[in-house]
Amino acid sequence: MAQLNSNIPAGPLAQKWENHKFSSKLINPANKRKYKVIVVGAGLAGSSASATLAELGYQVENFVFHDSPRRAHSIAAQGGVNAAKNYQNDGDSVRRLFYDTIKGGDFRSREANVHRLAEVSVNIIDQCTAQGVPFAREYGGMLDNRSFGGAQVSRTFYARGQTGQQLLLGAYSALCRQIGLGSVKSHTHSEMLDLVVVDGHAKGIIVRNLRTGEVTRHAADAVVLATGGYGNVFNLSTYARGSNTTAIWRAYKRGACFANPCYTQIHPTCIPVSGDYQSKLTLMSESLRNDGRIWAPKNKGDRRSPQEIPEEERDYYLERKYPSFGNLAPRDIASRAAKQVCDEGRGVGESGLGVYLDFSDAIARLGEDKIRERYGNLFSIYREITNEDAYKTPMRIYPAVHYTMGGLWVDYNLMSNLPGLFVLGEANFSDHGANRLGASALMQGLADGYFVLPATIATYLALQDTGKRPKTEHPAFKDAELNTMADIKRMLDCKGGRTPAAFHKQLGKIMWEYCGMARSEAGLKKALQLLPQLREEYSKDLRVTGSTSTLNQSLEQAGRVVDFIELGELLCRDALAREESCGGHFREEHQEDGECKRDDDRFAHVAAWEYTGAGQTPVRNVEPLVYEEVKMATRSYK
Amino acid sequence: MKVRLKVWRQSNPGTPGAFEEHETPDINPNMSFLEMLDVVNEDLASKGQEPIAFDHDCREGICGTCSLVIDGKPHGPHQGVATCQTYMRSFSDGDMITVEPFRAAPFPIIRDLVVDRKAFDRIMQAGGFISVRTGNAPDANAIPVPKIAADLAMDAAQCIGCGACVAACKNASAMLFVSAKVSHLGLLPQGQPERQRRVLAMVEAMDKEGFGACTVTGSCEAVCPKEISLDFISRMNRDYGRSLLQGEPGRKAGASDEA
Ligand SMILES: Cc1cc2nc3c(=O)[nH]c(=O)nc-3n(C[C@H](O)[C@H](O)[C@H](O)COP(=O)(O)OP(=O)(O)OC[C@H]3O[C@@H](n4cnc5c(N)ncnc54)[C@H](O)[C@@H]3O)c2cc1C
Ligand code: FES
Repeated sequence: MAQLNSNIPAGPLAQKWENHKFSSKLINPANKRKYKVIVVGAGLAGSSASATLAELGYQVENFVFHDSPRRAHSIAAQGGVNAAKNYQNDGDSVRRLFYDTIKGGDFRSREANVHRLAEVSVNIIDQCTAQGVPFAREYGGMLDNRSFGGAQVSRTFYARGQTGQQLLLGAYSALCRQIGLGSVKSHTHSEMLDLVVVDGHAKGIIVRNLRTGEVTRHAADAVVLATGGYGNVFNLSTYARGSNTTAIWRAYKRGACFANPCYTQIHPTCIPVSGDYQSKLTLMSESLRNDGRIWAPKNKGDRRSPQEIPEEERDYYLERKYPSFGNLAPRDIASRAAKQVCDEGRGVGESGLGVYLDFSDAIARLGEDKIRERYGNLFSIYREITNEDAYKTPMRIYPAVHYTMGGLWVDYNLMSNLPGLFVLGEANFSDHGANRLGASALMQGLADGYFVLPATIATYLALQDTGKRPKTEHPAFKDAELNTMADIKRMLDCKGGRTPAAFHKQLGKIMWEYCGMARSEAGLKKALQLLPQLREEYSKDLRVTGSTSTLNQSLEQAGRVVDFIELGELLCRDALAREESCGGHFREEHQEDGECKRDDDRFAHVAAWEYTGAGQTPVRNVEPLVYEEVKMATRSYK
Repeated sequence: MKVRLKVWRQSNPGTPGAFEEHETPDINPNMSFLEMLDVVNEDLASKGQEPIAFDHDCREGICGTCSLVIDGKPHGPHQGVATCQTYMRSFSDGDMITVEPFRAAPFPIIRDLVVDRKAFDRIMQAGGFISVRTGNAPDANAIPVPKIAADLAMDAAQCIGCGACVAACKNASAMLFVSAKVSHLGLLPQGQPERQRRVLAMVEAMDKEGFGACTVTGSCEAVCPKEISLDFISRMNRDYGRSLLQGEPGRKAGASDEA
């Protein structure tokens, strides 16, 4: 059994982080230069961490599979980033952001981590502004805010509908500066394919150059994974096509525990699926719910155009069911409500899988120009995809896979149970419990990278002797490299009949059907039969064309898809074991009037899965969630 | 519908490439251009042929990964969108569509339609930043920024770094890309201390990469998926000229404090 010590510092909640920083080890500047840290990923978490560690004096090597660090999936985040600045004087505070996040996560996250997140949130906005992130401003020159789901205050900072882009470009510019100074070595189009573990510690990675096919070994004193979420296990999602689980999955197979894989988030406002050819789903930012009203016809099968449906025949179901939060109910709740409406036969659009997001009231109140200023780019994305003008007719939206709260298990220091392996951003599991609030992922990625890891990594590094850093000639490196090469050869030699894309599509269908917005024991058991079969078919019937010595996108995809298939099985296993509903994990057997029914007696814990070998049932380790200050309560947004 | 593709194939940077023609399987007009290529690639793979390599990731016009010159125009027929936001309903049944990579000497072809755009990263590394270490920042509202300046900075900052501006320019000039970054940071109070050094360093790096001169034909602006304005180039030229004349600020007594 893995050792899971959360290493939560002692003392009152609000002082834990300060105390912890004070009692953490320091490394003097001359010695910092001797330590080498590998950071995989350059999204918000990876670039902020790489830049900050380099500023502190560590030698950093950064790896991304993208052709530039600036292309990480973080670039696509639209709506905003939360911070407890209370610039609006509307009653916000660190404590309120902390509480909203804990409650938003349905009391399944770690109290101390979340409090720290809320504390450093204010520094993030300062840091990004200083870097030149052009956040939206009011006429007086002060920063503007908007509201996001699950909160009754306006604490979301934004840069039009491109907040992730601007935050990432800020972090990327800090990273560029360090690359220019020679303190970060940047490896682009370099995919990590294995983690190297020496004497129980993470000490390096195996990387394939995606353009030349060359496989290389890299050693360091610590390895940081900031490789993003695994939502593409569902194939269709709002993620970039390249987002994948390979780095964290292969680390899992090397001994890092995978926590709460079943906590996946379905976002309520995405453009509905239009056909089988579809390669991705497009998010319409949650910020739209500030001004858009969600409704469906009251009558089943009402096929009239939205303009023809009179006011009294419309059901503004979020406003009706959750009067105090209305259209700003949290994502899990808003998504399930949309599903219920469509299940009742009241969905709109050709497929019947859609509801309206209507701006006509806001346009009447504020004018079209104001709406254009706030959401112009989202309206144009919508028009390009659907060929419809949302200034004139309501948007059609439907929930889609958007985020994964689960990820590699980490302690308070963001270190996994494998010493020397740190995990940041969406790739870890730590702060969002069973449901993430809008605008909190950007906050967490930047908190981890700018402020948390740079303070906590020293405690581990100080105990490492840089002189004894394993060389890449060490047998563990050789083994890992040989393994990687053998995997690649197997994929190329298989010469079956189905492409990686075909397998991915099939996986996605199984996952969405049996482990999507609603999950049941029977469905999950069915998926647990189908997935091993799919894995088996994959090993016999995969077709990858081309060779390994040039850019080969189908080979890249083949490697990622098999990891998704295996992860899909773990996800279903976790969903089956968690016999309760919480946040994004909705078990049909455990509900009260369609709302989640948690079981705190049996499940107030983190499930951290431990790999035990191919074909073996993994071990479910448990970290109890001990709340010192907050009382676990039934989550209500009514 | 079905279309015919005349598409550039090149197996690696060193081997000469050539056009190849393919008829697509039946496609749906609501598919994106890239989804059409997905379908073609599945079809090629099923025939045992190698799929067409092309760059893409977010598929919603923000990551700047997708490229492609479609019928002679970077990012295809429509203004203000990237290739991934181009839909097949913009074409007609039976059309012949020519698909090429972004061509420019500083963007060598890697394979088929994929080019190397690392030159942009190197320009950024030369000076595309504000030097502020983590932990050094004052309160974000300590320096008010006029809304007009913040909005204009955002107009420039929207650049997705795709390189269409370079591909469209007969001189392969990167001025629109560089001026967008220079203007974004130069318009904000936080960017003032390094304003002159930044523009000098970035322009120098741009020239070193082999991008050509700007002759203000405006083809860059016309294809830019974010419709970045040519005005930013004039702005950068002013900044550059002044910086050349003045040298780095603070080195000389009496240097203008208006920078
Ligand atoms: C459409 C959309 C909109 C969103 N909007 C918001 C929002 O408004 N507010 C908010 O808070 N959150 C939002 N989110 C969520 C948020 O964007 C992400 O959770 C967050 O950006 C993840 O950042 P990250 O740094 O953890 O990972 P990513 O940005 O995904 O970066 C992963 C990095 O890892 C690298 N990588 C991965 N695997 C490997 C490998 N094997 N080898 C080498 N490199 C590898 C990649 O190259 C990349 O650099 C949104 C998400 C989506 C999909
Ligand atoms: S794929 Fe990201 S901009 Fe086109």
